[in-house]
Order: sequence, then C-alpha cells, then structure tokens
Amino acid sequence: MRNSFLIAKRELGSFFSSAIFYVITVVFLLLYSFIYFQILNFFSFQSLQAAQVRGMDLGLNLNDMVIQPAFHNMAVILLLMIPIVTMRSFAEEKKGKTFTLLLSSPIHLKEIVFGKFLACWGVLTVMILLSSYSIAFLFMIGRPEIGPALTGYLGILLMSGCFVAVGILASSLTDNQIVAAALSFGFMLFMWVVGWGAQAAGPNIGPILEYLSLIDHLERFLKGIVDSSDVFYYLSFMFFALFLTHRVLDSNRWR
Amino acid sequence: MIEVENLSKFYGPRLAVNNLNFTVSQGEVVGFLGPNGAGKTTTMNILCCILPASRGTARICGFDIFEQSMEIRKTIGYLPENPPVYLDMTVDDYLQFAAAVRGVAGKKIAAAADRALEKCGLKDVRRRLIGKLSKGYQQRVGLAQALIHDPKILILDEPTTGLDPLQIMEIRKLIQDLASSHTIILSSHILPEVSQICQRVVIINEGEIAAIDSLEGLTASLRKTERLRLRVRSANDDVLQSLKALEGTLSVQQEDDSAFIVESPLGSPFQDKVARLALDREWGIVELSSASMTLEDIFLKLTTEEKELAE
Ligand SMILES: Nc1ncnc2c1ncn2[C@@H]1O[C@H](COP(=O)(O)OP(=O)(O)O)[C@@H](O)[C@H]1O
Ligand SMILES: [Mg+2]
Repeated sequence: MRNSFLIAKRELGSFFSSAIFYVITVVFLLLYSFIYFQILNFFSFQSLQAAQVRGMDLGLNLNDMVIQPAFHNMAVILLLMIPIVTMRSFAEEKKGKTFTLLLSSPIHLKEIVFGKFLACWGVLTVMILLSSYSIAFLFMIGRPEIGPALTGYLGILLMSGCFVAVGILASSLTDNQIVAAALSFGFMLFMWVVGWGAQAAGPNIGPILEYLSLIDHLERFLKGIVDSSDVFYYLSFMFFALFLTHRVLDSNRWR
Repeated sequence: MIEVENLSKFYGPRLAVNNLNFTVSQGEVVGFLGPNGAGKTTTMNILCCILPASRGTARICGFDIFEQSMEIRKTIGYLPENPPVYLDMTVDDYLQFAAAVRGVAGKKIAAAADRALEKCGLKDVRRRLIGKLSKGYQQRVGLAQALIHDPKILILDEPTTGLDPLQIMEIRKLIQDLASSHTIILSSHILPEVSQICQRVVIINEGEIAAIDSLEGLTASLRKTERLRLRVRSANDDVLQSLKALEGTLSVQQEDDSAFIVESPLGSPFQDKVARLALDREWGIVELSSASMTLEDIFLKLTTEEKELAE
C-alpha cells in the first residue's frame, strides 16, 4: 500500500506540474457549466410558463429537472475527457523507458497498477468535485433535496472509477498515448451503450447486457438510491479492469 | 556473488540468449562485451528480475532470481540502457522518489539522496528539471538512481553510449571510483572502455559466450600479429605494392583513401622500417600509429577461429 501511494504521489505531482491537468479541468468545467446553465435557463423558462398559464406552482422539481440532467451531461463529458487523463499512465512510462525503474524496484506490479489508478481517480475526483459549485448555487436560489445530489456525486465518482480503470487498461496495452486514448474511448463508449442491445438480444441475454451497461447503474444513484448491487457492479468492474491490466503487464514480461 | 547457470531466453520463437554460464565474485568488475543485439541487455534484465528467464537460473548473493526477486532487487542497482528518468521532475524529487521505491526507509531518504548527489557530482543541478539537463547529466542522474539504496551490486548497461567524449571520460571516472566499493557488471561494445575499467571480460555474441578471460589473457591469446596504420598524403598503388614488398610484411590492407593497415609478426620493430620507407619515397607521413585491436576484430577472430577449428 505504501508503494501504491508512492506511485500515486509521483503521478499526481506530474499532473499538477504540467499543463494537462489545468487544461482538462478548465475545459471540463467550461463545458459542464455551459450545459448546466442551459438546463437551468430552460427550467426557469418552463416554471415561469407554468406559473403564467396555470396560475399556480406545479411543483416543478429542481432535482428532476436540473440536477439529474446535469449529472447525465457530466457523465458524457467525462466519457470524453477521461481517456485523456489516463492515456499517459503506462504508455508514457514505456515510451520514456522509466518503467524499468519501477520494474527493477522491490515493489509488486499490482502496487504499481493500483498506484496509477489512485492517481488518475484522484485527479478525476478533484475535477468532479469542482463542479459542485453549480449544485451549491441551486441551494441559494431554490430548495432542492440534498440526498440525490450527494448520491449522484457518489455514482458519478464510481462510474468515473470504472472509466479510469478501463483507460489504464488501454494504456497498458501500448506505448502510444494516442492509441491508448482511442482504445479506452472506444471501450468506454461500448460499455456505455451495450444496454441498448438488450431489446434485440432477447429475454435471455438482454438483461445481462442491461446489467453490464455502465450508465444504467447510474440511474438509481441519481434518484437518491444507493443500491448495494450497483455499488458492487462498479467496484467489481474496476477490479476486473485493473486485474486485466496486471495480467497484460505481467504477460509482457513473459513473452 | 553472481552465479549464472544455463541461462536462456526466448522472445517468442527467437532465441536471444543461449545457455550462459558465468560467475562474478565479490568486488569484481566484469565487462560484458558484445555487438548490438548480442543479448547483453536481455541478460542484464534477467539478472535484475525484470524479465524471467526461459531456461536456467541465476543466483545473486545466494538469492534465486525466480524465488526471491524482491531480495535481489534490493541488492542490485540497475542503470538501464536509457536512463529511467522522469523528464518532468527535478533531480531532487526524482532521487527521493527513486529512494522510496527502492525501499529506502522514510527517515533515511534525504540522506540517501544527498549521498547519491554528492557521489555523482549533481549538487549544482539538484533543483533543475531533468528534462533540461544535458545527456551526460541525465546519465549521471540515472547512475545516482542506481546508487540510491547503496546496493552491493551495480549493473550498468552501456553507461557511456550517446555521450560526448568529455562526458564519457567523466562517467568512466565515476564508475572507476565506484569500483572500489561495489561489484560491477558493465556492458559495452567498446573495447577500450572495458579495458580501462574491467578486470575480466565476458564476450558475448549472438546470445552465446564467445570467451571469458582476464583482459591480458584475452589480448595475449588474440594478438598474434602487430598492426600499424600508415596514413600518407600521396596514396597510390605504388605505396600498396611497396609496403607489400617490405620484408616481413604479413598483409597490407587499404583502409580508406589515404590509410593502410600493415600487419607484421609480433615483436618486430616494424614502425622504423615503414617510416624509413615512407620517408625515402616521400609519401608524406600524416599518421603512423598502432592500429589497436577493435572489438570487431576480436569477434572476427573468435568466430572465424572457432569455425576453422570446427572444420
Ligand atoms: N522485447 C523483445 N522482443 C523481441 N526480441 C527482442 C526483445 N528485446 C530484444 N530482442 C532481441 O534479442 C536480441 C538481443 O537483444 P539485446 O539483449 O537488447 O542485445 P544487446 O543489449 O546486446 O544489444 C536482439 O536480437 C533483439 O532483437
Ligand atoms: Mg543493449
């Protein structure tokens, strides 16, 4: 564990001392904020209309009409940004030959993999939590429920953990960062939409595909429900991707 | 200290290292000599437990490379072919990181980093970014990284390739200083380098050991002739013919436009003869020197002689 933190610490240092982190964070926040205020604008327009036409408050819900769609959009932006965060992790070490330092050190491969994961997930957590200003803003202008906002963040963080694990797996497959980013983007998107095949796949395989889909598990979090099966799904997804990463790196040595 | 037994390594179907056997005892400095692709890096990677051997094994300080790789990693300092430095870190940060991953205890890290900086002459650049340093300094940082945990054994893979002559001298000097307190394996494809630093050489070619000997033994067994290089201003066919006609000449080869290599029996004062001839004929001597045996020559000798014996 100490070794994983060492790896993660170095990795974070390199994130924060380079432009990558700041560029990604700013782009993420700008995109998110733009979409978020569109949603908010649309909401106030609708509630104004509702008040004029019906002459009464329909109880349009900030949680359902602002926070939930905001989280959905955030998930999409993350899908696009995470490959850029994770693509470096192993590809750069291999290309720059620094991986030999880690491989010849008395640390286990799994500690290295976990350290890389921690660092990237940490960066993502910082980025994601910075977006919470928008939710705080809602509390200043209205009275949303806090529960679903918090579980929403939990779900988003877990889902990004899965994205990160996939990104790291992709990065372990190559020494080319672009290839790593492309691979992880493709695989993430696939895991996102795999549930769409449920209907075509019929009653046997359909539910399995639906269960596998990354985004379907987010829904209950956004509604304020923390279901242990969803948490279990995300955690085992991460574990499995990291396990594969370990296998890939280990088999590189044996070939 | 290092015992290598029947070590072989396949990359897929390709045999990169074939059945190596050698030992290195404590305090020795052994040169690993071979052309590119001979299998030097592969062997070193196996000794450092980065790659597993396909067959055979090795023991380092009594530890087995398969069973006790963690212990071995703690006793070895490794400088790979390309220094494993993070270009976006400062020298200080990098060495502290290296110390920590190499297992130096938290409280001792600062002292270990200081010691390595001192030994490798890096004090002045400790706060600089590694990416901004010259190749020679980056190599020193790589060396400092290999020393950081005060290992008993140093494995250095071509520590001077890609450096300019001054940097090469500095790095060699550093290695010579380290030789007094460490067991060192050093790979190179440059013979003079090995002859300056090492007591013993393992010559490896196409994955197999071609010879293991002390340096004197090796050169003595191989140098059966003297070789002279004569470079003149007005080179022509006449020069070649006259040199060939000189009494005692074994062979003459034209090296390039103006230089000739004259081979003569061991111990004959051939320099004088050649010089006199050149002066008489007014060829205009530009250079007259002993053509030192290059690694390629040794290889040619070793491999061809073996073939001759086999035939
Ligand atoms: N990762 C690898 N995969 C396949 N072949 C390799 C790999 N590394 C080295 N080789 C091959 O093994 C042989 C020995 O290489 P190497 O140990 O790097 O030689 P040296 O360090 O003496 O130049 C070479 O022919 C090289 O092409
Ligand atoms: Mg090599």
